[in-house]
Amino acid sequence: MPKIKSLDDLRRIREEAQQGLKVRLETGTRIIVGMGTCGIAAGARDVMRAILEELDKRKIDAHVETVGCIGMCSCEPLVDIEQAGHARVTYRNIKPDMVPRLIEEHLINGRVVEEWVVGRLPAS
Amino acid sequence: MRELALHILDVLENAVEAGATRITLTIEEDSARDRFTFIVWDNGRGMPPELADRVLDPFVTTRQTRHVGLGLPLLAAAAERAGGGVQVRSEPGKGTEVSASFQLRHWDRAPLGDLPGTLLAVILGKEGVDLTYVHRVDGREFRLDTAELRQVLGGVPLTHPSVRRWLQEYLQEGIAGLQRPFE
Repeated sequence: MPKIKSLDDLRRIREEAQQGLKVRLETGTRIIVGMGTCGIAAGARDVMRAILEELDKRKIDAHVETVGCIGMCSCEPLVDIEQAGHARVTYRNIKPDMVPRLIEEHLINGRVVEEWVVGRLPAS
Repeated sequence: MRELALHILDVLENAVEAGATRITLTIEEDSARDRFTFIVWDNGRGMPPELADRVLDPFVTTRQTRHVGLGLPLLAAAAERAGGGVQVRSEPGKGTEVSASFQLRHWDRAPLGDLPGTLLAVILGKEGVDLTYVHRVDGREFRLDTAELRQVLGGVPLTHPSVRRWLQEYLQEGIAGLQRPFE
């Protein structure tokens, strides 16, 4: 039977995590998932979970955040990727099984997946 | 929406959008009374009474991005078809409380679904928001308070990959532990 998670486990994690914390907090990558009613109904929660799992699997540091409806309900689930010095790219109708390719192409290979793009905001 | 956990996520996201810094989610499953209820309280900006009275109307929304607000009307429809209902209380500057009730064993009550996924989306999705989650099933209780976790973690964020994994397993184990073995 697996050991039940406890706050003691969390204290141990804190000790280990503080080592690499500075590097992590300075990561410049944000992934933003639309989590309004339309996004939720279209499957955004499962997309967010797939993103978190893929980042874990590939040991990529990125902030994953949620945002409310931006008025493009038919394009949900919407996922934005923003990296320091690059345009913010908005991807449309993302499903969990599209996430591995999205992460690999955009974050690892540095190539925007053009056929899934619905919009861009220039780098600030 | 096919799961109650998705409705719960929607109400929690409303609280986040209302600028809340503290949110409390209480879920009660009571077999003896045949009731399933959840209550979301937040300390966000709140609504004036004339708006709070009309939020179950799908053509009422505070958003500028579109002219319909379907989240609460969909929740109300789901609750009403399962022998329950939805109540919204709100006060400007104080916060909002949404409570939804269902007949626990009603044929049309949606399953609870992926509650750990819902809670993780809220806990990890917005910095600066603390969530207290209390879940009671026939007298047994599971509780999580992100403010307490932050104290334990010092400066390590809840979004740290190791903390994230701990949270996911802690929630899955805690929620699974509430369910009574089939009798």
